Amino acid sequence: MSTVDLASSTRRVRIEINERAVEAEVEPRLLLADFIRERAGLRGTHLGCEHGVCGACTVQLDGEPVRSCLMLAVQADGRSVRTVESLGRGGLHPLQRAFIECHGVQCGFCTPGILMSIEPLVQEGRTLTREEIRHALSGNLCRCTGYQGIIAAVELALSWAHT
Amino acid sequence: MKPAPFAYDAPRETAQVVELLAKYGDDAKVLAGGQSLIPLLNFRLARPDRLIDVTRVPALSNIEPRDGSLVIAAATRQATLERSALTAQGWPLLIEALRYVAHSQIRALGTVGGSVAHADPAAELPAAFMTLDARFHLRCARGARTVPAAEFFVSYFTTALEPDELLEEIEVPPLPGGTGYAFVEFARRHGDFALGGAAALITLDARGMCRHISLTLLGAETPWRSPQTEQVLVGNPPDEQNLVEAAHAAVQGFEPSGDIHGSTEYRIGLAETMALRALRRALDRAHTGGRPT
Ligand SMILES: Cc1cc2nc3c(=O)[nH]c(=O)nc-3n(C[C@H](O)[C@H](O)[C@H](O)COP(=O)(O)OP(=O)(O)OC[C@H]3O[C@@H](n4cnc5c(N)ncnc54)[C@H](O)[C@@H]3O)c2cc1C
Ligand code: FES
Ligand code: FES
Repeated sequence: MSTVDLASSTRRVRIEINERAVEAEVEPRLLLADFIRERAGLRGTHLGCEHGVCGACTVQLDGEPVRSCLMLAVQADGRSVRTVESLGRGGLHPLQRAFIECHGVQCGFCTPGILMSIEPLVQEGRTLTREEIRHALSGNLCRCTGYQGIIAAVELALSWAHT
Repeated sequence: MKPAPFAYDAPRETAQVVELLAKYGDDAKVLAGGQSLIPLLNFRLARPDRLIDVTRVPALSNIEPRDGSLVIAAATRQATLERSALTAQGWPLLIEALRYVAHSQIRALGTVGGSVAHADPAAELPAAFMTLDARFHLRCARGARTVPAAEFFVSYFTTALEPDELLEEIEVPPLPGGTGYAFVEFARRHGDFALGGAAALITLDARGMCRHISLTLLGAETPWRSPQTEQVLVGNPPDEQNLVEAAHAAVQGFEPSGDIHGSTEYRIGLAETMALRALRRALDRAHTGGRPT
């Protein structure tokens, strides 16, 4: 295996994060999650497993929830990312209020990933059965709550979206 | 952990991908959705010198009909295939299989060709493509070739792809009208890799006898397409007794490897149950003209 010359292989990337362009010189191996946390300074995106299983790092890429631990920053060059910090800028987002009301949060480690996974469903005003809500949450692990509060919170937020 | 350093290219043309693969061969790896490769990089189980990102090549992300077949360019995202109306209409088995692939957040980046090239023994798409008699179009600087699914999957995580070869397209032939289909599997939690699963197609003739049968089990060294099942059913009535016999025949010679999640014996038993459920559901749909039920 030959050694790769790091200096020559850094690249300049420009990623729009929460409607703000963030530009930086990065090594190709930098994960999008670390770009968000360390270059953009947004620490709401958490890293749990770094192999796609826990969902804590979930952000939206061009509107779709994806794992930011399984994407390189260079792959997100020129694209648009939304993190949990984009929610509730003018007061709490309904999803955040519902999580507080239903005790959907304990330590909060999993919460940002869950909010970013579910937010598009609330946005679209979807009507989901409890089973469909559980399915929508299946890509996010929580080690504290036992999930019932989270499911109730999503149900509540979806019901508000309809009124 | 974090990946070891590597160089990165993001070409815009298939020809450039092929040139880079010819130049770097074994030292380079194709990066598609990264949903299998990046975990390996993060844990340093893979340390390629160079990644060739194929997701910025427009020609490699495309779904189109061609002479009645469905042609899926390799870097098409799994989420895109899942939403494809053309696929839902003519090849709904693929849509049913995709629902079992990981979670929506993974399918949003994971590609169809990446799943095929990765060849995880528990993966759904390889089994579905085997059932559908798909053909894989490969390209390298030395030329292009086409490999049928039955010859493409060689072993665990091993395919017919050479280090300098790109999987370019997957071609799925049309199914006879009224073909019933089913994909079923069992996993401990939704989105986990399956402990067992089966994909089935059943076409009946005018008298209600089995005209064409295709059944594949997942979980062994390669997707296991059972010729015995076809022998038991073709030309015969698809009654419950024959389906039971066909499912039993399916696991003859099927050798899944056991691990902490399930022994070989357990997995064989599970596969037989999955085969029977897949055959029953495919038959129901064959009776209703191949429509989803
Ligand atoms: C938490 C989690 C759960 C998952 N669960 C499932 C599951 O239940 N079922 C399932 O099937 N999969 C599952 N996956 C895997 C997922 O489907 C991957 O997307 C898929 O296996 C690989 O596709 P990719 O596009 O991400 O490929 P990559 O990760 O980019 O590449 C995988 C391999 O294929 C090679 N490759 C990719 N494209 C090509 C090409 N066009 N030509 C030649 N070589 C190529 C790469 O070099 C690499 O070796 C899971 C993944 C995660 C992270
Ligand atoms: S840190 Fe990305 S899924 Fe766990
Ligand atoms: S609240 Fe602690 S992990 Fe979910």
